[in-house]
Amino acid sequence: MEKFTTLTGIAAPMPLINIDTDMIIPKLFLKTIKRSGLGVHLFDEMRYNQDGSEKPDFVLNKEPYRNAKIIIAGDNFGCGSSREHAPWAIADFGIRCVISTSFADIFHNNCFKNGILPIRLPKEDIDKLMDDASRGANATITIDLENQEIKGPDGGTIKFDVDPFRKHCLIEGLDDVGLTLQREEQIKNFEEQRAASMPWLVR
Amino acid sequence: MGNPRTLFDKIWDSHLIETQDDGTSLIFIDRHMVHEVTSPQAFEGLRLAGRKVRHPELTLAVADHNIPTSDRSNGIVITNEESRIQVEALEKNTKDFGVPYFAMDDIRQGVVHIVGPEQGFTLPGATIVCGDSHTATHGAFGSLAFGIGTSEVEHVLATQTLLQKKSKNMEVRVEGALPPGVTAKDLILAIIGKIGTAGGTGCVIEFTGQAIMDLSMEGRMTVCNMAIEGGARGGLIAVDEKTINYVKGRPMSPKGAAWEAAIEYWKTLKSDEGAVYDETVIIKAEDLVPYVTWGTSPEDALPITAKVPSPAEARDAGKASAIERALKYMGLEAGTPLNEIEVDHVFIGSCTNGRIEDLRAAAAVAKGRKVADGMKAMVVPGSGLVKEIAEEEGLDQIFIEAGFDWREAGCSMCLAMNDDRLAPGERCASTSNRNFEGRQGRDSRTHLVSPEMAAAAAITGKLTDVRDLLKEGN
Ligand code: SF4
Repeated sequence: MEKFTTLTGIAAPMPLINIDTDMIIPKLFLKTIKRSGLGVHLFDEMRYNQDGSEKPDFVLNKEPYRNAKIIIAGDNFGCGSSREHAPWAIADFGIRCVISTSFADIFHNNCFKNGILPIRLPKEDIDKLMDDASRGANATITIDLENQEIKGPDGGTIKFDVDPFRKHCLIEGLDDVGLTLQREEQIKNFEEQRAASMPWLVR
Repeated sequence: MGNPRTLFDKIWDSHLIETQDDGTSLIFIDRHMVHEVTSPQAFEGLRLAGRKVRHPELTLAVADHNIPTSDRSNGIVITNEESRIQVEALEKNTKDFGVPYFAMDDIRQGVVHIVGPEQGFTLPGATIVCGDSHTATHGAFGSLAFGIGTSEVEHVLATQTLLQKKSKNMEVRVEGALPPGVTAKDLILAIIGKIGTAGGTGCVIEFTGQAIMDLSMEGRMTVCNMAIEGGARGGLIAVDEKTINYVKGRPMSPKGAAWEAAIEYWKTLKSDEGAVYDETVIIKAEDLVPYVTWGTSPEDALPITAKVPSPAEARDAGKASAIERALKYMGLEAGTPLNEIEVDHVFIGSCTNGRIEDLRAAAAVAKGRKVADGMKAMVVPGSGLVKEIAEEEGLDQIFIEAGFDWREAGCSMCLAMNDDRLAPGERCASTSNRNFEGRQGRDSRTHLVSPEMAAAAAITGKLTDVRDLLKEGN
């Protein structure tokens, strides 16, 4: 997994609440058997007309947001399905950080596993960042994961919380499966104890 | 005995391998269901890393999302190439890694969340995961069941464990009894309407109270299925006699001495007296009527007797603009009575309402009636076995005579990944679980309802209070 330390980039404002996974990546694009290549379909129905032309009003179709690396979003971002295609599409587009007041659980989890940092902030901070983001090219902000800080275009900083284990994995680019396989002995012991105490679960 | 524990605490504790200082826990997974859409990249990951599936026997794979629901008597042809590749990938992956797989032409094939309970793969007190958010369904059996992403699918395949932080535990207590004509689906829509799509975020919801325990296992599955639409990771319901009777004698459920030991334990699977929840929401069942959704989020649920809301009634600016957007998308005017909204399609099926009891309920409404002119109504059984039982009972004939299309098992128009989908602007009364923009086809419009309400809408051509229709007689 790609490491995440600091990120500086354009932030795109998406104030709509409840942006769901069907909006992030419509199911039409779930038919892939690969992880890559979904970025062009990110927010497909909001971003393109039926004939494939771009909808000029959609934020990621406007300069400078075409190159956004960060999204500032309305409440409850990523609700809906468990599809990891949502973070894959986001990452493939080049976005590495999503900031909102709240996220759906599965999506939140899936982000960390794909090198994306989801940041939860109080409403006032989101309003401020949304405002910053709508200033276009002047909307460059910096995310410093090590120090858990967001630096706005006007030099102000906002602190954020992040789960220490998730932070460690992001900074080091660690993969969960590899980490867990180091716990072989503990898993084996558990399996033996389970077979004895709940034999009906063994098949 | 220690402190009183909730049902969630009990299952969690019995699956905990270890916990790190920050609360990240490694838990053991008893059952893992796999389908074609969220697994190819997980198997690819295993291959690249040279890893094996740790417990193929605790894994069960079935293709459901992509497969056609048209007549299968002359074999199954998936015309869309990408869909076909995805199903073929599942066939190959399960073969290469030794994972049990129900092929497309196997009568046991169906929607994963219908197949698991039907086969006795789903067991009380177990941890159950699947790369699909509606895994919450299995919580109806007093099992801790939740959806995971593809990276986690890979993690479970490789290690049979998951890294999790313990969720909070919310209780939704439904007091009293549901009035006649009000179903499990209406109840869960009402609950989501009350708590909102983010109401359960970070929680596992235990559904308690008389109205819940009165439900059949099918009804409980409908409720838990949609816990995710209330933002929760999982839904849970205590084990009782109904649970045990449902599991008994299923092909994969325990037998003999193991069965006896299991039921002793399963009977303890309820929250202790005095156990503490992080939050409790109380719903009065007596007050409920049939519910429908009007908008593009499951929380846009209202009694059928209500009217389409206006942005002016919203609790805040964010919700007001969401209402405005939903009205535009749905092609609705604020103030329109919900029972005047005309629909041109009806879909009965999905892991929410594609079980035999759902089909029976819809057939009871359809019996001796005819679908409205121009109406396209389809019934898609949740599995090949549900279809078989329905045909034995003659339900297929009732539907066909009423003018419904009787189809083969699959996810179908619940998410329209196969050919069953709406054209732009078409409007459907659907027994599925999501009414998101584009869910049933680009620019399609979905109203979520119970099977009874869906059948009633098919007959009248508009959203209808099924209680009125039944009152009128034929
Ligand atoms: S029926 Fe619908 S909700 Fe259920 S698994 Fe299939 S697509 Fe998902």
